[in-house]
Amino acid sequence: MLVVQGIIDGILAGGLYALMGSGLTLVFGVMEVINFAQGIIVILGAYLTYVFATHIGVDPFVTLLITIPIMFALGYGVYMLLLRPIKRDRVIMSLLVMYAVAVVIEGCLDLVFGGTLVQVSTPYATSSIHVGSLVFPDIYLMAFGLSAVLLGVLYVILYRTKFGRSLRATTQNTTAAKLVGIDVDRVSATTLGIGVGLGAAGGMLYGMTASFNAASSYDLISRLLVIVILGGFGSVWGAMAAAIIMLVIEDVISVVWSPVWGQTIFYLVLAAVLLFRPQGLFGRRMARAQ
Amino acid sequence: MKQRHLLGCRGAGGRRRFTTSVLAAAFAVAAAAPALATGAAGAAPRVHKGLKGTVLIGASVSLSGDFSATGTTTKEGYQVFQQWINTHGGMDGKKVVFKFLSDGSSPTQVTTNYQKLITVTHVNFVVGPYSTLLTKPASVVANRYGQALVEGIGGGPSVFAAGLHNVFDVSASAAYQGITYAKWIAKTYKPQPVAFAAITTPFSEPIVTGIRKYLLARHFTAPVFKVYPLETSDWTPIASAIEATHAKIVALATQPPDGNAFIQDFASAGYNPTTLFEVSGPDQGQGFVKAVGKQNTTGVMWPNTWYPGAAEGPVNKQMETIAEHMLHVKLSGLSANIAEAFSAAQVLAEAVNHVKSLTNAKVMSYLRKGHFTSVQGAVCFLPTGQNKCAQPFVFQWQHGNQVAVLPPTKPGVTKIMNPKPHWGQSKY
Repeated sequence: MLVVQGIIDGILAGGLYALMGSGLTLVFGVMEVINFAQGIIVILGAYLTYVFATHIGVDPFVTLLITIPIMFALGYGVYMLLLRPIKRDRVIMSLLVMYAVAVVIEGCLDLVFGGTLVQVSTPYATSSIHVGSLVFPDIYLMAFGLSAVLLGVLYVILYRTKFGRSLRATTQNTTAAKLVGIDVDRVSATTLGIGVGLGAAGGMLYGMTASFNAASSYDLISRLLVIVILGGFGSVWGAMAAAIIMLVIEDVISVVWSPVWGQTIFYLVLAAVLLFRPQGLFGRRMARAQ
Repeated sequence: MKQRHLLGCRGAGGRRRFTTSVLAAAFAVAAAAPALATGAAGAAPRVHKGLKGTVLIGASVSLSGDFSATGTTTKEGYQVFQQWINTHGGMDGKKVVFKFLSDGSSPTQVTTNYQKLITVTHVNFVVGPYSTLLTKPASVVANRYGQALVEGIGGGPSVFAAGLHNVFDVSASAAYQGITYAKWIAKTYKPQPVAFAAITTPFSEPIVTGIRKYLLARHFTAPVFKVYPLETSDWTPIASAIEATHAKIVALATQPPDGNAFIQDFASAGYNPTTLFEVSGPDQGQGFVKAVGKQNTTGVMWPNTWYPGAAEGPVNKQMETIAEHMLHVKLSGLSANIAEAFSAAQVLAEAVNHVKSLTNAKVMSYLRKGHFTSVQGAVCFLPTGQNKCAQPFVFQWQHGNQVAVLPPTKPGVTKIMNPKPHWGQSKY
């Protein structure tokens, strides 16, 4: 039964990490930019939720109506102001700019909130559904549900809208997309906005399940990068699958054996997968014809 | 056409310059951000070496990284001491000024910081950072330059195992901190299963390892002992493994994030141990209340050598008053780190004022043989630096207040709440 509980814990937590990682992989898919700021963006989303929920008394889920537009605007603005002007060595320069953005946001959060750990409190944070001896925490069920809904919305945007076609065309070939009249800058800015907006949703859920401060972003970004690498850069579904695989492996081994070995074995699995599929489980093949 | 001409002639270079400007601006802001953060977190005035009539004390504090929460409260403890000592005659009759450097919770940066404090800033004394992990490299640097390192939050065995004679830990050492709780369990409960988990930090883990060793020797069993790395960010499976044991007694070596998460997981699963002991998390005052909710605090226990309102003399009361005003928090919300940091500086000041000298060798000589009184209680040192006079308390949250409950023989302790009430059912 403990193994089953470990699997349940892993799947539910995996949904949360998938949501946090989806923005990272989406941005890379379109812009080939590794958004090093995604960890701190999630924490920024958590802080925004904390402020609205604690000081105004709004339910954390309702705060998404405010935080997602704010974070979307942030992402859109960062692209237009900092990334769009970069024309040479775009990949490496963008990476450095996003790292700088992360450091600036972290500094600002430290200024405003200090280092004290906070958590978004809700009445349902400590309730759960029991099925026999199995426990389904309400907060994780809600997190998984919201992740599924938002990733579903993302799917509709990607595959059922004109913008989605533009985005996918840009993902496949930026030059060709420009030639057929797609405004690549607008698509990229919108994509970064969506990615950061998804970070707001991920942050809201993260803030309800864990205590956090600005420094929490370091552990987050390292895990999110691992998820995106395993799933394949650019693949939203890959991120979802990788997050669940990672958390299930870690959680099952943690409950039946040791948390130390949970992480070790996951990284062994990651190395084995990358040996045979360097592009990740669902990633595009990166090798280009010379 | 003119615009096209400009772009045509200067486009590439202009773009490059613009890109460079954007990057330069971004990095300038990036470089400034930590400094801004540091400046905001601390209000230590700038002091230049050679300033007459001033005792300069240096400390590396973690204002970012894994220990940023507790590092900040450590710094606050020193700032509270600075205000207190300067209204009580100073050190050797001189005004005391602290110089802080932020270390990002990195042992490497701690080494750099203490070297800089001693050799560049020329501080008169150094006091400890937060955590055993960071105290160890700090003590090595201080020893290299013949400086004492008086500290209150670095009592893991590895600090003392180095055999340095310049380290003075004013708090109870790690291996000793949990023994009061272990003795109480052995006296109160019949031998039965006890669930353990421990984060792999050099201070927290030895506390619970000590409790486990004591109880196993008295026929208690340990059906689960989960050791997890510092980087762990999903504690639910560890909580699930503990819940599956149905143990009534749970002892966890935690830091605040995991300590808070375990309580949320236990409450969510409806698992309510009779007694829950966490090394760190519950000791964070208002931060703990905010994280787990007031209704879930009652009954949770933790070890420490101080608590708000402790009956440890007038200085303790003065420290609390200053801290309340300076930090804008209620008494019950004060972190124990404040008292631990304050104690370190307080003992240093007692030694300096006794020898009437700012010479480290003289001060260390007196520290080794003297008896001191800090806001945490009695202090006297073993040759290796542990405080052999410390009497560790066990604390418990009771109806929104932190109270000392063990040892029962200590004056001023409150009756222990056993068993702890069910999650969410505590009244205020």
